[in-house]
Amino acid sequence: MALKIVKGSIDRMFDKNLQDLVRGIRNHKEDEAKYISTCIDEIKQELKQDNIAVKANAVCKLTYLQMLGYDVSWAAFNIVEVMSSSKFTYKRIGYLAASQCFHESTDVIMLTTNQIRKDLSSPNQYDTGVALTGLSCFVTPDLARDLANDIMTLMSHTKPYIRKKAVLIMYKVFLKYPESLRPAFPRLKEKLEDPDPGVQSAAVNVICELARRNPKNYLSLAPLFFKLMTSSTNNWVLIKIIKLFGALTPLEPRLGKKLIEPLTNLIHSTSAMSLLYECVNTVIAVLISLSSGMPNHSASIQLCVQKLRILIEDSDQNLKYLGLLAMSKILKTHPKSVQSHKDLILQCLDDKDESIRLRALDLLYGMVSKKNLMEIVKKLMLHVDKAEGTTYRDELLTKIIDICSQSNYQYITNFEWYISILVELTRLEGTRHGHLIASQMLDVAIRVKAIRVFAVAQMATLLDNAHMLTGNTQRNGICEVLYAAAWICGEFSEHLENPMETLEAMLRPKVATLPGHIQAVYVQNAAKLFATVLKSQEGNTDSTTAQEASQLMIDRLPLFVQSANLEVQERASCILQLVKYIQKLQQKDVEVSEEVCALFAGELNPVAPKAQKKVPIPDGLDLDAWINEPPSESESEDEQPKAIFSKEEPKHSRPRHTEVDEKELARRREARKQEQANNPFYIKASPSSQKVYQETPGVEHIPVVQIDLSVPLKVPGLPMSDQYVKLEEERRQKERAEKKKKDKKKRKEKRSGRGKKHDSGPESEEDITPAHMVDIVTEEMPENALPSDDDERDPADPHKALDIDLDNLESAGKRPLADSEKLPVRSHRAAEVLKSPAEDEEGENVSSLEPKKKSSKEKREKKKDKDKDRKKSKEEKKKKKHKHEEKEEADLLCGQADEPAFQSEETNEVVTPPTSTSADVSDLDFWLSNAPVPSNTQEAATVAAAEAAPAPGAISVTTPDSEPEEPKDTEMEETKSSKHKKKKQKREKEDKEKKKKKKHHHHHHHHGDKGGEESVQNGTVEEEEPLPPMSNYCLLAENSYIKVAYDIQGNLQDGSQVVVSVIFENKCDSFLKSMEFNVLDSLNSKLQRPEGSGPHDSLTIPFQLPPGVSNEARFVFTVQSIIMPQKLKGTLTFIVKNEESSTHEKLDFKLHFTCTSYLITTPCYSDAFAKLLESGDLKSSSIRLEGVNMPFHHLLARICFHHHFSVVERIDSCASMYSRSIQGHHVCLLVKISSQTVSVDAKCDEPTLLGNVLDEIKQTFSQC
Amino acid sequence: MIKFLLMVNQQGQTRLSRYFEPVELNRRAAQEAAVVRCCLSRNKEQCSFVEYQDFKLVYRQYAALYVVVGVSHTENELSIFELIQNFVEVLDRYFSRVRLNQIMFHLDSVHIILDEMIQNGHIVETNKNRILAPLTAINKMADG
Repeated sequence: MALKIVKGSIDRMFDKNLQDLVRGIRNHKEDEAKYISTCIDEIKQELKQDNIAVKANAVCKLTYLQMLGYDVSWAAFNIVEVMSSSKFTYKRIGYLAASQCFHESTDVIMLTTNQIRKDLSSPNQYDTGVALTGLSCFVTPDLARDLANDIMTLMSHTKPYIRKKAVLIMYKVFLKYPESLRPAFPRLKEKLEDPDPGVQSAAVNVICELARRNPKNYLSLAPLFFKLMTSSTNNWVLIKIIKLFGALTPLEPRLGKKLIEPLTNLIHSTSAMSLLYECVNTVIAVLISLSSGMPNHSASIQLCVQKLRILIEDSDQNLKYLGLLAMSKILKTHPKSVQSHKDLILQCLDDKDESIRLRALDLLYGMVSKKNLMEIVKKLMLHVDKAEGTTYRDELLTKIIDICSQSNYQYITNFEWYISILVELTRLEGTRHGHLIASQMLDVAIRVKAIRVFAVAQMATLLDNAHMLTGNTQRNGICEVLYAAAWICGEFSEHLENPMETLEAMLRPKVATLPGHIQAVYVQNAAKLFATVLKSQEGNTDSTTAQEASQLMIDRLPLFVQSANLEVQERASCILQLVKYIQKLQQKDVEVSEEVCALFAGELNPVAPKAQKKVPIPDGLDLDAWINEPPSESESEDEQPKAIFSKEEPKHSRPRHTEVDEKELARRREARKQEQANNPFYIKASPSSQKVYQETPGVEHIPVVQIDLSVPLKVPGLPMSDQYVKLEEERRQKERAEKKKKDKKKRKEKRSGRGKKHDSGPESEEDITPAHMVDIVTEEMPENALPSDDDERDPADPHKALDIDLDNLESAGKRPLADSEKLPVRSHRAAEVLKSPAEDEEGENVSSLEPKKKSSKEKREKKKDKDKDRKKSKEEKKKKKHKHEEKEEADLLCGQADEPAFQSEETNEVVTPPTSTSADVSDLDFWLSNAPVPSNTQEAATVAAAEAAPAPGAISVTTPDSEPEEPKDTEMEETKSSKHKKKKQKREKEDKEKKKKKKHHHHHHHHGDKGGEESVQNGTVEEEEPLPPMSNYCLLAENSYIKVAYDIQGNLQDGSQVVVSVIFENKCDSFLKSMEFNVLDSLNSKLQRPEGSGPHDSLTIPFQLPPGVSNEARFVFTVQSIIMPQKLKGTLTFIVKNEESSTHEKLDFKLHFTCTSYLITTPCYSDAFAKLLESGDLKSSSIRLEGVNMPFHHLLARICFHHHFSVVERIDSCASMYSRSIQGHHVCLLVKISSQTVSVDAKCDEPTLLGNVLDEIKQTFSQC
Repeated sequence: MIKFLLMVNQQGQTRLSRYFEPVELNRRAAQEAAVVRCCLSRNKEQCSFVEYQDFKLVYRQYAALYVVVGVSHTENELSIFELIQNFVEVLDRYFSRVRLNQIMFHLDSVHIILDEMIQNGHIVETNKNRILAPLTAINKMADG
């Protein structure tokens, strides 16, 4: 025996190890394949040996070869052998190989079940760890089912290392064996609050992943994650959580509102770019899902845009790229905010990195407006010239065309400009996109009637210079353009100045080198031109021109008759014969032009892409009805012919029906218009074009536009498109001037009736009336078409199976786990409770021989055992007996089975199930809705507490069911159970409170909704320039330890209350605790203190601050008179604790209650506003602000934001605003701006209040 | 999630590959080659993120070593970018000045490190001490 071992180790000395293999491969570069095949032969020999060390070495080499791409599946069994080695080093090699090579279809995996189970329960934590890690790579549904329970047990292991791995592998188990999710979830949730940060983050990881796939089942965890988000300092974990919230908010918009603030705080404070990026992304996603918007909605967007701008401006290419990427997400919903950064985006077009340039191009696509289209395209054209490398240039070209043609040429105001751009693009060398340009030319020329004259002239020039396009290469894609040019010149030849010249150009011998399909178009359109020439010469006594034309055709066409292309040949010979005949007639002086023109008579109208669909179905025609009844169902066959008859009948009465149809159509159109009028996002076609649309009903008519052409066609000097940019500028200016005049008149005529017009959205955009109009053919969807985002889900998605309602699990007693839902527990383990680990292992080996044969008898035994266990553990629990550590495992196991018993206990003790249900639901509701303003005076303190530690309720309801079952050690158990009781009491108390608060819920929502409306009204939505980020929080006090900022807001529900939100930020490296907040009350204002405390007692702030963390608390004050501002003195005391010492610190502050803080943003309609002003109850006052250097909308936004006003109406540089105090005073402002001077005329029913508010407004603007 | 992690030298030879999602062996080779080519062809002025078919590539170059990570679309590119840095720092600490050779010769150690940092295709640990703790313990065990 000994000899054998010695022999083995000697053998080993001569074997290659991994290093040798790596070096060997390197030294055999020429014949690598051969060398490796000899190596594989050697490995095969090694694997045949008994020595495990040799085998492990071989497997190690195989792992490397597998990585290089060689198939090693033949060695799967050997890998299993090495895995089961008792020596860790080899075991590790085995598991590594398995994790690399095994997959679900590897059949030997089923042999590993028992080995893995043994490793999982190994006393050595690294054995367990390696098994868990390996398992995560190759777990199969079978393995998952068989091992789920073992892994769940490990989730409560004493070693954090194992706990962490077990939690992580559970994710894979859930995927493979979804049934395990329900039983395992409570424990998994518990791990979110594990003392070890690693375990905690692992749990976050797993739950986040689960939740992102099936968010609705995890909504109830939101408070818990919210707490983690505000407390965690691990950026990686934060990113996960924030991502998760991104998935949750679409389901619960209120969550979004709650999130915005912490997210913006994070954006402000974090230095980690990845976190910043994630926050920005989520804020964007949240704001997108909050369609109703929220008060400082646009401020958040501005903040994001601002931050992204910083990213884009950064010299780091990665940040630049991501900034642009995120920007494009904002663009979809808030194009205005992005558009103001056009300069930056255009700069990015110059970037060295192509991927950045492409991103910038993507952005530009969404940024164009009527105003800036020409400018942007001009820039792009410059880039086209500069661009090196055809791919990028082609990309630019397609983008230019995409940008211009998007939504039916919506942004093009001048089509001459566009045609000249297209013509300029044809000068690009070597582009592949000739056909694209050609189709654009055709499309524009056909659909924009007014442009035809211009287009034809341009196309004629193109044809004339065709040699430049076809110049060097035959495969040059650009010659496709000639196809369009020839067709346009032919089809609209009546607009040609000199058809004869063009005809000549089209029949040049060089044309024969063009691709066949283009030649065919040439020939056909030459005939059209010929007809036009004849027509123009009609009545002309001198027939030489006409004869020349015929002669030209006869001379040149034979070239095409010889063409190899059938189409060309056929057309050419046809036309040639025709022309010859015409020539004969001409020589006889017969007028032929009319007959020739008749060949090409009739105008070609464009057809809308969906026209076919819109053909009205004649009355009585049921498309779904069977023409022939399906044989199986129709018994009376004689009815069939009748059915056919009845279908034919309507034909005769058709005229009548179409009439009805037209009425119906008109009605629908009316309804649609109504809907569009109410839809602020619908971009209206201009009225004139709509008229055209109405006049010609039905399908044949497709919008074409009439305009008068006032623009000269050629201006020497500049390249073509640039001229049009200039001309367009001039035109717009003129228009603007005219409009202003009109506006003034209008305003004089009627001042009050303009409220509605204001709603119609951004006017600045609509101001520009296009020089030419293309009707926007609104593409309609069938009425019952549904947005189908959901059904795209891959049916094979493993996460689908994990869509399990987990909420039921959370409060005990609602839906106990059914027997079938429990994880399979092997009977042996459950039965033998008091086994030592070693014995346990043996037991496993025994059972492993027949793991799947479970007789019903065994099952019954199992149940009995469980019952016993349950009794036992109950007793133990009551007596609080100390438990031995060895027993822990077994206990944990039966904990699962115990659940029903505990549930019944719980229900007796605490609450009856129905109440707990409602409490559970309202928990989330409560948590979500308490944010805006605390509703009840007495509860100010509790609310503040709830703010700080958002989910005491949720936690207390959800955790207790599993807690008592798995005490980690005796000490823990005692503390926990006492805690448990406290929590129960607390819960009961909170339930009561919740009921009280519930009454106020809808109030809150109401308030929130108003906030949403108001942001739209405030005029901040339509701004052109970005607003600087604004915050109402101003500094309260600061020292080297802490920074305190505050904001005061009125309480709508209670006229005598204001809420002061205070943010505490720990600036030092120490822990701040026992913070107490106190204010010296005045006669007028008092701090609300909890019942039973004296008037000078300080309030304890319900949280502690770790270094660098900030948190917010809210305090409620009662005020009597609100007409004067006032200041309250106060003190903040706290303990600074670090490792060496703890010191008491104090910070004094003055709380400034401005009159503004008593105002509440209240929307007001213009008619109500007018009435209010007319009533004569209001006293007026006014101020002037000099040197205000900001756009008017900024000014308004500031007043709205800082002083809680809402814009009632805005007309150019004049706006009326409204606000209301908490005691119902009306405050009306009329704000006018003219050259840096702002005058504010104000009216209010309380002159003192008004004076103070105006002073404060003045102050705001003197600061900036 | 992270789909795979590759370590490649400047010649485009794979020095380490780790797949967190099983890919068929034949397809793997082709995909690996294409991915590596895509990353190596980019110059230093270009950003480190590439959209590649149905996933994103995040790569980082350290002298002759390229680390390429393939991630799904929902993943935060920057965090992966930082993960690579973190990973290389861990290697650097473990091998004290890491070189390509060491990675090749101690593949198993590198795999252990990766196992600690990434599981199920998700970042699970970034603390250097905690990442290396099991590895040092294992080494001690193997020695002793």
